[in-house]
Amino acid sequence: MPIVPPGTTTVKHHDNKYKVIGTRPVRHDGADKVTGRAKYGADTQLSGMLYGYILRSPHAHANIKSIDTSAAEAVPGVYAVIAGKDFPHVGDKVAELGEGSVRLAHLSANCMARGKVLYHGHPVAAVAAETIHIAEEAAKLIKIEYEQLPPVLDVLEAMEPTAPVLNDDVFTEEMGQQVSEKPSNVATHFLYEIGDPEAAFATADVVVEREFRNATVHQGYIEPHASTALYHGDGRVTLWTCTQGSFSSRQQVAELLEIPLTWIKVIPTEIGGGFGGKIAVYEAPVSVALSKKAGRPVRVVMDRTGVFLATGPTPATFIRVKLGATKDGKLVAGQAWLAYEAGAFPGSPVNPGCMCVFSCYDIPNARVDGYDVCVNKPRTNAYRAPGSPNAAFACETVLEEVCQELGMDSMEFRLKNAAKEGTRRSDGYVYPRVGLVECLEAVKNSDHYKTPLKGPNQGRGLAAGFWFNIGLKSSVTATINTDGKVSLVEGSTDIGGTRTSISMQLAEVLGIPAEDVQPFVVDTDSVGYTDITGGSRVTMATGMAAYKAALELRDLCCERAARIWECDVNEVRYHDDATITGPEGKVLTLKALAAQIVATGESITASGNTNMPNSSNAFGVHLVDVEVDPDTGKTTVLRYTACQDVGTAIHPAYVEGQMHGGAVQGIGWALNEEYVYDKDGHMRNANFLDYRIPTCYDVPNIETIIVEVPNPDHPFGVRGVGEVPICPPQAAIGAAIHGATGKRMYELPMSPPRLLHELLKG
Amino acid sequence: MATQRVVTATINGRERSFLCEPRQTLLEVLRDVLSLTGTKEGCSNGNCGACTVLLEGKPVVSCLVLAVECEGQSIETIEGIDTKDGLTPLQNAFLENAALQCGICTPGFIMSTKALLRDNPNPTEEEIRFKLAGNLCRCTGYDKIVKAVQDAAQRRCGSGCGCNG
Repeated sequence: MPIVPPGTTTVKHHDNKYKVIGTRPVRHDGADKVTGRAKYGADTQLSGMLYGYILRSPHAHANIKSIDTSAAEAVPGVYAVIAGKDFPHVGDKVAELGEGSVRLAHLSANCMARGKVLYHGHPVAAVAAETIHIAEEAAKLIKIEYEQLPPVLDVLEAMEPTAPVLNDDVFTEEMGQQVSEKPSNVATHFLYEIGDPEAAFATADVVVEREFRNATVHQGYIEPHASTALYHGDGRVTLWTCTQGSFSSRQQVAELLEIPLTWIKVIPTEIGGGFGGKIAVYEAPVSVALSKKAGRPVRVVMDRTGVFLATGPTPATFIRVKLGATKDGKLVAGQAWLAYEAGAFPGSPVNPGCMCVFSCYDIPNARVDGYDVCVNKPRTNAYRAPGSPNAAFACETVLEEVCQELGMDSMEFRLKNAAKEGTRRSDGYVYPRVGLVECLEAVKNSDHYKTPLKGPNQGRGLAAGFWFNIGLKSSVTATINTDGKVSLVEGSTDIGGTRTSISMQLAEVLGIPAEDVQPFVVDTDSVGYTDITGGSRVTMATGMAAYKAALELRDLCCERAARIWECDVNEVRYHDDATITGPEGKVLTLKALAAQIVATGESITASGNTNMPNSSNAFGVHLVDVEVDPDTGKTTVLRYTACQDVGTAIHPAYVEGQMHGGAVQGIGWALNEEYVYDKDGHMRNANFLDYRIPTCYDVPNIETIIVEVPNPDHPFGVRGVGEVPICPPQAAIGAAIHGATGKRMYELPMSPPRLLHELLKG
Repeated sequence: MATQRVVTATINGRERSFLCEPRQTLLEVLRDVLSLTGTKEGCSNGNCGACTVLLEGKPVVSCLVLAVECEGQSIETIEGIDTKDGLTPLQNAFLENAALQCGICTPGFIMSTKALLRDNPNPTEEEIRFKLAGNLCRCTGYDKIVKAVQDAAQRRCGSGCGCNG
């Protein structure tokens, strides 16, 4: 029996009654995952399969003068060696990846360097051989002549006119116009303004302005990227890969290798975590190019060092935030200046950072400037609410200082200024019904909030966070089988239990148990186009597709019953208890009808296709107690409560799980995680020992408060849940450290040496 | 390429011989030679615990054990957990407590937990967190894993069979 754990509360702001939604069934793919039978990216084995190894640049910035692969090719057991020249020159197109876009020429050059390497670990060649050891040893024989260039590793230094420029095809754009004459590291300047911030700051009684630094951090999924490609000889390709989006992978590989899209079948394996990092392709096109050249299937599995060096972490940032408030505790003006490191190629999440920085509050006058800046580090990619945690750390910390100067309680100040229905965000968007106030109130009413701290060197912190939650496209196909159960095929790869949350929505509509739905995540030939698993969208948008398919199944059941009863379909009704009634008291259960499907006609199958609006607006509020060791600067998290408006929790256990996981990632980000580079741009901690993510010994249980203010755009009110929980922890822990020590931290991570440095200042 | 050696070991209760190079790790042999892919590779340097197996009953990270070292030893992997009568109480505890999201770390956690509960049938939360600190999970924040282990310990005590899988 599924278990409702202690430490979890739900606060409902609706009267909806459901039979399946809100229960905790065991996930459909569970047995395979506790027995080791589930097949992940690296588990693909094909007859005659070769092993691929990617050779990486030892330099952060260098021209490639020459590549000689002849010695590697001569090694017995080597079947193919490829380098940049083996990839086509793709045109100047932009690919939309779901949580960000990328220029194809840059995506291609990121998968395999062309003429220039832009970061330590940049792929420069690849080898396919009979064993991974042969491939690795052969790769060492590849002779590459580099001309080293000075690297630029800091976002502000990269913006200087004298900085080394990474890309000669990147010019600064502003409002869609090119504004730099020469190539620049600054790819884009974003600007949002509402009201009259200058005049409003003049009316403020308190103005606080601070500058913030945030280190590069990685998603840290436990499964390294892995792809196995089979180039069939006639130009067709089958690709097994652990991806957040099989259709996105298909599109990227098709564009990068100029293979017709339809000729590529992407079979998504199970995926061992992603958090945004498994959307862009890295090794997938390399595996296809190797397979084409070798004439054999090729599996490429990254090692952990490769994952750190050369996949897409979330950026180091510099952020300046200024807030103004009046004596009565009303925010009147805000100003933010955000510069995000894009890494080697443009595309940092600075734009969402700009939109999120003041997203939790009603600030009528604001200006936000954002800069997307190239530096000699890996090209950043999405990581859980990309861009928002950095911005939240800055805004929430300044807000705490405003409260301190006003002598106001920060909970009351947040309640007074919280964004609500009708609030206009600084990028112009006006919120529909949202649940931030309800979250703040739920935390205020919690046992944690009401329980005083117990000892010296302890502090408590509170912070809010926001993410849009995207909608996009999903497709499912559902078939009623002759035993009355339903097969459900879907295109959304399942990272955290979405097979079950989608099945539950289908089951709710049909009036059957979740266990009577059998979900399958299928390949790109077997279901309609489906966008990535990301942006907290799957339970909402793919759930909506399942809802639509289920409604059509109800109609088809009515039609079939009418055919059996030889009556008008308008006289037939499908009821929520999975019975079908007709004229003269006729009644069939779904099960009884299903048993007659084959005898009475064609299959009862329905597809649901959706394109959901791109904002369901999720807010979270976190409360944390910490204790700081004054001798070492080490911060221990004593108690943690995560509260979030999730709209409706379809499967509360997996909603709690998302809140737990996001909060703990945020704790790691706040206290420990960072990319460490030397002055030459070598990453010095590309492993799990030195880039240390939290272990279970580092964190307490995470208490959860699920707030349900239903999303008006979804039939069950789902908002999505995954991303928001990583936004508040950094600022909440910063505030708690201030409570414990009197020190405000403006740089992440707030690691022991950094905090000790502040403490020793006295 | 070095000459391959024959190694004979007891794997999941059955004596098996396999060929391996001296440099091949136990993890590589389990996955690529013996097709026991339930043991996962997360880091290859002993820091994530995804490849945890029981070697002579002790939990080890198989990426730091050379396969040639296993001559005459007994090895238990996730595939060795007997599910003839359905999932074990430990596996069910993980599922019913929703103690996994992506699931890649789960086999390693189950093997570590099996050893933990065998040595300490009634661990405190502190003991569970200490003993499982070698297994990284990035999805769950560990909350539900710890609760699943506590639950699994209860199941063993309740059943009286002295076994939770």
